[in-house]
Amino acid sequence: MTEGHLQTYVPLLIHMLVAMGLAGALLLASRWVGPRRPSRAKLQAYECGIPPLGDAREPFAVKFYLVAIAFILFDAETMFLFPWAYAFRDLGWFGFGAIGIFILFLAAGDIYLWKKGVFDWNR
Amino acid sequence: MLPAATDYYRLLPEILAAVFGTIVMLLEPFLRREHKAALSWLGMLGAAAALGAAVLVRSDAGPAFFHLIQADPFTFFLRLLIYATALLVMLAARAYLDRENLPHGEFYALVLLGSVGMGVMAAAAELVTVFIGLEISSLSTYILASYRREALRANESALKYFLLGSFATAFFLFGVALVYGATGTARLEQVAEGVASVLLLKLGLALVFIGLAFKVASAPFHVWTPDVYEGAPAPVTALLSTAPKAAAFAVLLRIAGTVLPATLLWFWVLWGSAALTMFVGNLAALVQSNVKRMLAYSSIAHAGYILVALAAGTEAAYAAALYYLAAYALMKLGAFTLVAHLAGRGERRLTLEDYAGLARREPVVAATLSLYLLSLLGLPLTAGFLGKFYVFVAGLRAELLGLVVLAAVNTLLGAYYYLRVILYMYFREPDPTYEHAAREPVPAGTGLVLAATAAGTLLLGIFPGHLMRIAELAAASFR
Amino acid sequence: MVEQFTFYFFAALAVISAVLVVTVRNAVYSAVFLITTLLATAGIFLQLRAEFLFVVQIILYVGGIMVLFVFVVMLVDLDVALRQVQFNRQKWVALLVVLAVAGQLVFALALGSEALGLPAAAPESLEPNTESVGLRLFESYMLPFEIASILLLVAMIGAVLLGKRQKPPRSEA
Repeated sequence: MTEGHLQTYVPLLIHMLVAMGLAGALLLASRWVGPRRPSRAKLQAYECGIPPLGDAREPFAVKFYLVAIAFILFDAETMFLFPWAYAFRDLGWFGFGAIGIFILFLAAGDIYLWKKGVFDWNR
Repeated sequence: MLPAATDYYRLLPEILAAVFGTIVMLLEPFLRREHKAALSWLGMLGAAAALGAAVLVRSDAGPAFFHLIQADPFTFFLRLLIYATALLVMLAARAYLDRENLPHGEFYALVLLGSVGMGVMAAAAELVTVFIGLEISSLSTYILASYRREALRANESALKYFLLGSFATAFFLFGVALVYGATGTARLEQVAEGVASVLLLKLGLALVFIGLAFKVASAPFHVWTPDVYEGAPAPVTALLSTAPKAAAFAVLLRIAGTVLPATLLWFWVLWGSAALTMFVGNLAALVQSNVKRMLAYSSIAHAGYILVALAAGTEAAYAAALYYLAAYALMKLGAFTLVAHLAGRGERRLTLEDYAGLARREPVVAATLSLYLLSLLGLPLTAGFLGKFYVFVAGLRAELLGLVVLAAVNTLLGAYYYLRVILYMYFREPDPTYEHAAREPVPAGTGLVLAATAAGTLLLGIFPGHLMRIAELAAASFR
Repeated sequence: MVEQFTFYFFAALAVISAVLVVTVRNAVYSAVFLITTLLATAGIFLQLRAEFLFVVQIILYVGGIMVLFVFVVMLVDLDVALRQVQFNRQKWVALLVVLAVAGQLVFALALGSEALGLPAAAPESLEPNTESVGLRLFESYMLPFEIASILLLVAMIGAVLLGKRQKPPRSEA
């Protein structure tokens, strides 16, 4: 086994390590450097400066969930744009047409969702 | 290396259905509530256009889209079946949706888009394409099954259907992945060159079978069927028991017909599953007092008879299976449509007691239902009889004496519960305390569907020649 | 060597977090461990040079589907769920099934790769392949790709039908 192709991903690895290292270092630093004198008021959950109200885990309304589903569906659409963007030089107008039809169908879905008021949270 | 016009031409029925389905969906939020029911015309137009396109494309058989699609006589037969079913379901559904106060537009859009998936399944000659078709068809039927949001039972059954169905699709997909791993291709013609003794291919084909067996509701993967058929709105049950089942059978037939390793591996599986399915369906149907649920178990039993033909595995047997699918679709569509009508608002009147004395109150309706039941039972002069006859003959020719005997025993078992409904309708009087529903006339759309299916059941029973020839041609596509 | 190390690292991470997903009682922690599982799987994809799958895994699963999961977790009342007794009656059946599957896996592994008919892996020869995925997807596999849009449409209709409040005045009554 050579290590050939994994070398391509070394930047990615470095990125990952830096991100994890930075997060860990910041946590540790605040622990070591900062003085800690806990009091009742300090241990309270921070809620924009007012005294905390109720439980943090209030059940969400279902209407937000709908938005989340719509998000996933369009996320999936984006996924298909990826390989197209990579290959679009070779694909030319044909590939453009193919992705166009795909997007057209989903645009119809978008209009449907819109008219149904999925994006309107007040309804 | 680009698709040409012929490619699109050979997929025209599905393209039309997709376009019409999308237009119905798109128009729905723009119409005022009182005009939404008119979308049923557009939906039916879409199904009719797809049917017309199927007939048009028939003369130009061949592969399309780099052999992912095979527009052959086999595809033609199933397209006819699927789009005709979609048309009839939409025709009958309008009155039902009005009665139950359910949204119109989405129903027609889902039926049309779902039949796109089924059409793709029937036409696909490659497993990934089959998978996408299967997924579209399943997803739209999950949604249709949960269409009555307010009904608690319907919700429970729809959730069950969704979970088990997704599980089954996952099995199928995993199977496809293994088949691909073993042979390096998902195209059926090339998979056919694989070696049957390779463990990976065996595993893959086994998983593919499990996924499809779930979709055709054959034992031991049938557990979801009674609950879902009972809980879904009756027009949806009519759809569920016909078109998606036919599409899944189409995939089974195409794989069994083209992929030799599958034919060899599946033989005993099909044999066992056929026997088990028939017994499970018929024995459980014996004790049902809810007519809708009884018909659900009868659906399971009928899948068993079709599996007998698949086990036989000859060309004549495949033709018989196709004929059976068409005949079965007619009677089940009719029966469930009628059940939908008789059940009344909220689908409350579904038990045998509700059918007592029906013949006196509504003689025509009772006679029509009797016709479907007798056909399901397999009485001569009905489509159901010839379906069974062809399957049994094909089974005997393939020297499956044991299985055919079991099927015959099952036909006798079935007689009990079909005849019991007829007995209730003609010779029982309802309890004096029974509260009768206000008599509702049969709505025009429902009436048309009933007339069409009843006529079809009789016609196929008396003059089977024409359809059988198309079925034989279709079965010959695998040669 | 590095190859082996990264594989075992990601595989162990995936398996351990997957076990934690089903054993941890708090649903929010489960969701977080699921993210770790998915990320570890993404790492394995990358090692196999399936770059496109890697991206899909991150954007769609970690980014999208996990959001959905967390939403579902937030929809239910967690405190009640925590206090409830879980469905554990099928524990032994599940164990039996798991043992059977594990036995099969061990059996298959003992047979070796020849019995499975697996072609020899050749990761070295794989070029960066998102472009070729694109070419295949838009040429020979154009059809499944286009039909996938129908699948998404059906899902949209389903979301609206099942998630959206219908006819506000009537459903209140």
